[in-house]
Amino acid sequence: MLANVPHGPSKPSKAGFVPYLFLAPGFLLFLLTIIYPIFRALQISFYNWGVFPGSPTTFVGLHQYVREMHDPVFWRALENAAVYMVFTVPLQIVFGLSVAMLLVRKIPGRGLFRALFYIPVVTSWVVVSLLFKFLFSTDAGFVNWILHNLLHLSSHNIGWLDTRWPSMITIGILGVWKGVGWSMLIFLAALMGVPDSLTEAAAIDGAGPWRSFFSVTLPSIRLTLSFVTIMLVIGSLNVFTSAFIMTGGGPQQQTEVVLSYMYHQAFQFLDFGYGSALAFTLAIIVFAISFVQMRLFRGGVTRVVR
Amino acid sequence: MIVGSKKRRITFRAARYVTLIVGATIMIIPFLYLFATSFKPQLYLFEIPPQFIPKHPTLSNYTDAWTSNSFGHYFANSVFVSLVSTVIAALLSAMMAYAFARFNFKGQNLMFWLLLVGLMVPGMMLLIPQYLLANQLHLINSLVGLILFYVATNLAFNTFLLRGFFEEIPWELEEAMIMDGAGPFRRFWKLILPLSRPALATVGIFTFLACWDEYVWALTIINDPDKRTLPIAISIFQGQHLTNWGLVFAASTIAIVPVIVVFALFQRQFIHGLSADALKG
Repeated sequence: MLANVPHGPSKPSKAGFVPYLFLAPGFLLFLLTIIYPIFRALQISFYNWGVFPGSPTTFVGLHQYVREMHDPVFWRALENAAVYMVFTVPLQIVFGLSVAMLLVRKIPGRGLFRALFYIPVVTSWVVVSLLFKFLFSTDAGFVNWILHNLLHLSSHNIGWLDTRWPSMITIGILGVWKGVGWSMLIFLAALMGVPDSLTEAAAIDGAGPWRSFFSVTLPSIRLTLSFVTIMLVIGSLNVFTSAFIMTGGGPQQQTEVVLSYMYHQAFQFLDFGYGSALAFTLAIIVFAISFVQMRLFRGGVTRVVR
Repeated sequence: MIVGSKKRRITFRAARYVTLIVGATIMIIPFLYLFATSFKPQLYLFEIPPQFIPKHPTLSNYTDAWTSNSFGHYFANSVFVSLVSTVIAALLSAMMAYAFARFNFKGQNLMFWLLLVGLMVPGMMLLIPQYLLANQLHLINSLVGLILFYVATNLAFNTFLLRGFFEEIPWELEEAMIMDGAGPFRRFWKLILPLSRPALATVGIFTFLACWDEYVWALTIINDPDKRTLPIAISIFQGQHLTNWGLVFAASTIAIVPVIVVFALFQRQFIHGLSADALKG
């Protein structure tokens, strides 16, 4: 879809150096600050990087990657990020799509609902992470008050951010809460593009609402569904700020995710080489998963077309 | 039969609203609690049951944040960095988008794919090399260092969005200007930019909010308290003050109110930008 749209004779073919003048400032900055660092990240990961002036930088080949394979904290961080992904992606899709389905008709108050669901998306991660840390406080926290004092679902105040799995759940709840509005809005745009005639035809054929949803609506928004899934998977594996602020990876690095571990290695222990290896490994994992997903979805799309 | 289906429709409608209201409440309650807490004195932070309307409301958190904690200064830093980044990023990406939309040139496809790579690569992967680069350029602890990298991070997305918009502008309009002897820079400045106000607004809002909320890069290159932006200032408030949550949330309220206002005013541009985003897939 991104391929250049041919513009016929309208584009002056002999433009000379003019387009480069338009491109130069932006593109040079882009090359310097985005493209060059990509290669640099790979390069640094092959070194024991001397951060302080005068400290030696030595080439260590694949050592940092080997070290990673034997590092239990790395594996735990990867596992935590994967759990976060498995927890947040399906919930964001289901909730986002449900709300979008409820809002696709022009009902009174639609604009207001859309805005209310979207507000967490535009709020900074720092603010909502601190807010959830407060809401999930152990003693006299809002959530514990509901569960313990109000609903009596728990006999004691739960230490949400004290141990590994409750922490990951809390971070996941924040992720879903903050992300639902985004997928809702994307789904809403797609659903409004589904012609009414299709669902009406299904209704005439005697399809109930569920049947019509699964056999008409869902296939029509297939491309959007794949886009949302891929973006959410990428985003969830890159989870950082919420974990970093709510638990700081603690206690004892139990709730570290890959990027928080990378950050600690690089900017707390000043191990740039190992940090780069961690970052690069995650990038490769993300890239591989996205690639597989695109293949899977594309297969699905052509099947539908046929 | 007809009565039955009418009844069913009304039930369905009620169920729709109940579900939406429950959902929206879950979305909004945390914000209401944040807002309420920002007016509570330290003593009454953890009242049981939680109070949404403070019994002993006070403005002291706000005055404390603004005066004794130089929050006004951080606010000004954030406004400065976000505004300057937004203007520069919009201008540079509009220029690039114009080149892609209106010219054929050598290396066009390569540049296009590089921009696409820039769009896909997770920002934090580049943190370490970008830090080293900023260090070489003497941009650590400088607002210019924030601006330069904020502009760069937003270029790719902006360029794609604007290019799509520019291609919709009829070439005939430019031809008419060429007849009058206008060169490409004049056409870009006098025709394309004014006609693209809605797209520029979209790009501007997205960039502004991204800069306003940005945390990791600022955390990494800013140590000087004088150069802090809002997100770092707020996160440091939390560590520093035996967690005076009232103060933290007063600061947070000051930081998120502009965002919600901007969002409420420009909802349409938001949705436009997101749909364009979705089309990339």
